[in-house]
Amino acid sequence: MTSNGLLQIGLYLIVLAVLIKPLGHYMALVYEGRSNWFTALLAPLERLLYRIFGVRSEDEMSWKTYTFAVLAFNAVGAVFLYLLQRLQHLLPLNPQGFAAVSADSSFNTAISFITNTNWQGYGGESTMSYLTQMAGLGVQNFLSAATGMAVLVALIRGFIRHNATTIGNFWVDTTRSILYILLPLSVIFTIVLVSQGVVQNLKPYQTTPLMQGTTAVEQPSGKTTPVNEQSIPGGPAASQIAIKQLGTNGGGFFNVNSAYPYENPTPLANFLELLAILLIPAALCYTFGKMIGDTRQGWALLITMFIIFVPLLLLCYYSEMVDIPAIKTLAASIDYGGNMEGKEVRFGVANSTLWAAATTAASNGSVNAMHDSFSPLGGMVPLFLLQLGEIIFGGVGSGLYGMIILALVTVFVAGLMVGRTPEYLGKKIEAFEMKMVSLSILIPSVVILLGIGVAVVVKAGVAGIANPGAHGFSEILYAFTSCANNNGSAFAGLSVNTPFYNLILGFAMLIGRFSVIVPVLAIAGSLAGKKLVPAGSGTLPTHTPLFIVFLIGIIIIVAALTHLPSLSLGPIAEHLQAIK
Amino acid sequence: MVVLRTSVIAFIVFTVMLGIIYPLAMTGIAQVAFPHEANGSIVIRDGKAVGSSLIGQPFSDPKYFWSRPSATTPFPYNAASSSGSNLGQNNPDLSKAIGERVSALRAVDPGNVEPIPFDLITSSGSGLDPHISPSAALYQVKRVARSRGVPEKDVYALLQSHTEERQLGLLGEARVNVLMLNLALDSRVQR
Repeated sequence: MTSNGLLQIGLYLIVLAVLIKPLGHYMALVYEGRSNWFTALLAPLERLLYRIFGVRSEDEMSWKTYTFAVLAFNAVGAVFLYLLQRLQHLLPLNPQGFAAVSADSSFNTAISFITNTNWQGYGGESTMSYLTQMAGLGVQNFLSAATGMAVLVALIRGFIRHNATTIGNFWVDTTRSILYILLPLSVIFTIVLVSQGVVQNLKPYQTTPLMQGTTAVEQPSGKTTPVNEQSIPGGPAASQIAIKQLGTNGGGFFNVNSAYPYENPTPLANFLELLAILLIPAALCYTFGKMIGDTRQGWALLITMFIIFVPLLLLCYYSEMVDIPAIKTLAASIDYGGNMEGKEVRFGVANSTLWAAATTAASNGSVNAMHDSFSPLGGMVPLFLLQLGEIIFGGVGSGLYGMIILALVTVFVAGLMVGRTPEYLGKKIEAFEMKMVSLSILIPSVVILLGIGVAVVVKAGVAGIANPGAHGFSEILYAFTSCANNNGSAFAGLSVNTPFYNLILGFAMLIGRFSVIVPVLAIAGSLAGKKLVPAGSGTLPTHTPLFIVFLIGIIIIVAALTHLPSLSLGPIAEHLQAIK
Repeated sequence: MVVLRTSVIAFIVFTVMLGIIYPLAMTGIAQVAFPHEANGSIVIRDGKAVGSSLIGQPFSDPKYFWSRPSATTPFPYNAASSSGSNLGQNNPDLSKAIGERVSALRAVDPGNVEPIPFDLITSSGSGLDPHISPSAALYQVKRVARSRGVPEKDVYALLQSHTEERQLGLLGEARVNVLMLNLALDSRVQR
């Protein structure tokens, strides 16, 4: 690890920490419907939207209606995105004349983008028309993020309200998330990113000559043809990259995502895109504290996230800097400054590992380096962050409601120890809540483990593996963990654009998303109906260092019990083999 | 049913707003404010486009600085199909490829026994990395000068002027843009 590398990581964490309070405060104002910086500008537009939707903003929904609205809205989005891909060859803004996307890939991508996963089985610059990118994928970047934020706000209302039958209005929460938070930030980020060299145009790909010709080798025939030109892509990339980073979507405009120079051209662009990954998920912790009237509760969860994040990040950085055992024989010929396979020179190892940790802690899933080429332990860090369930910052909204779920487990376990009904934020946590909590933790885990089990025994699953040995297993492990937790990053060697993987991973993403959202909304509804219990002498305070330590323990135990066996077959086995 | 109707209407409105108006407005602003960047940072020489300063190109002639190896198919530095190698660290194919790249660099530069900077023998994440590290460029100075029959110090001076430091003195890593350096070589140190 270099001192400059650590300095860059430190600077990143400080800038992030400084922005949490102002943005978190602003978001609380937005969700409470109070006047804020943008009210004068955007409130008329907000009212206009409600009028077109036929929604009255003061109408409230029960948790069941809210859930139905979430599901209906997402279903409409999925159908539209599927059709858009299937019909893109007939539609405008397709200068490269790309054909319709295959049925299984369209299904997978539609699910992937409505669930905020943005797993990509396709290569953007060789598959998707500009219209599909803009009006399909780009729109879902906003809508899936807003859905997550709306569900979080509904859950927060469950804690705030008492003896209530409603948890808010889904259309209002979604509209405000987009109009006041995601859209203004995206506009700012787009312009800054373009200034750094991210493309934003609607032109066909340009052909430019190569300075020195090269040779194309057709596989598998081995036939060679001389090549003297390069086809340089374009597209409305910056506007989409801004929201894919801010909304923890992570779906790249281009195949290699933020490693592509047009997606992430300079170190400054990289720094800002990195910031955008964790910005909203981190700030929402403050919003949460603000809205429940006790900011210490938000800080406690945020500190928990940082305490888990930083050591894992440093382990990843360290693991990418140590010598590679496999190339020991060449050591005399090589000036080794860290593992640069799959990494870009302008970012170097520090920024590549910082990105890898941030993108998998949050459920972003964009990459600026190829995780498949990380060292076994360096690659285990992103994998383990996925296995924690996308709650260390996590997705916008989804990360914090996932973390609150684990806080409920924590007070429950604490309650069991002393034989008392657990409480969290003045609400009794009873059988119904704990059933819902269990479902939201168990179902995604079952999907991951069953999915891996199927993929490693059927031919179509094993056929996708790119690397031999334990690493090949890690590729499959990573794919299912990433999809069921709605992250979307990959050990990209695995060939996943096949009917088998497109379908099975599509279902994993769908179940992983909504098997958490529905129980969370059920908890919100149940809590809203309860009365507030004043904290007594037996109440476990949930803002203290003791609680933070307890919460960290629960997070690690839940993840480790589920995933340690598979980790030991993948990255741990590979690491031990390499150093033997 | 009301919810379903609202879903469809809201979805259509948001698609127009976020999928059409937002990207087109951003394209408009970008084309006015940063036309060079928004259109791909294309490098123009004598009125002709000769590439992009953000997209690398492959080189194998000893008189040019070489870029990093590229894993794109069917040819290296195929900008329309970006890809990393995705080879795991313990995959024998990776150590074999690295060994071959070492041999190739040694073969065109006999007598140079300096250790080779690792970025020069590993493929990048995108397969399009326009940069090499300053040490990877320095390693190649002698060879380039000899192949062109020019003094080393001329090539070295050109390299110096094409080395970008960390952005704002802090961010990222120092780097050399290979295409821009080679273009400068051909125009200024031609032989």
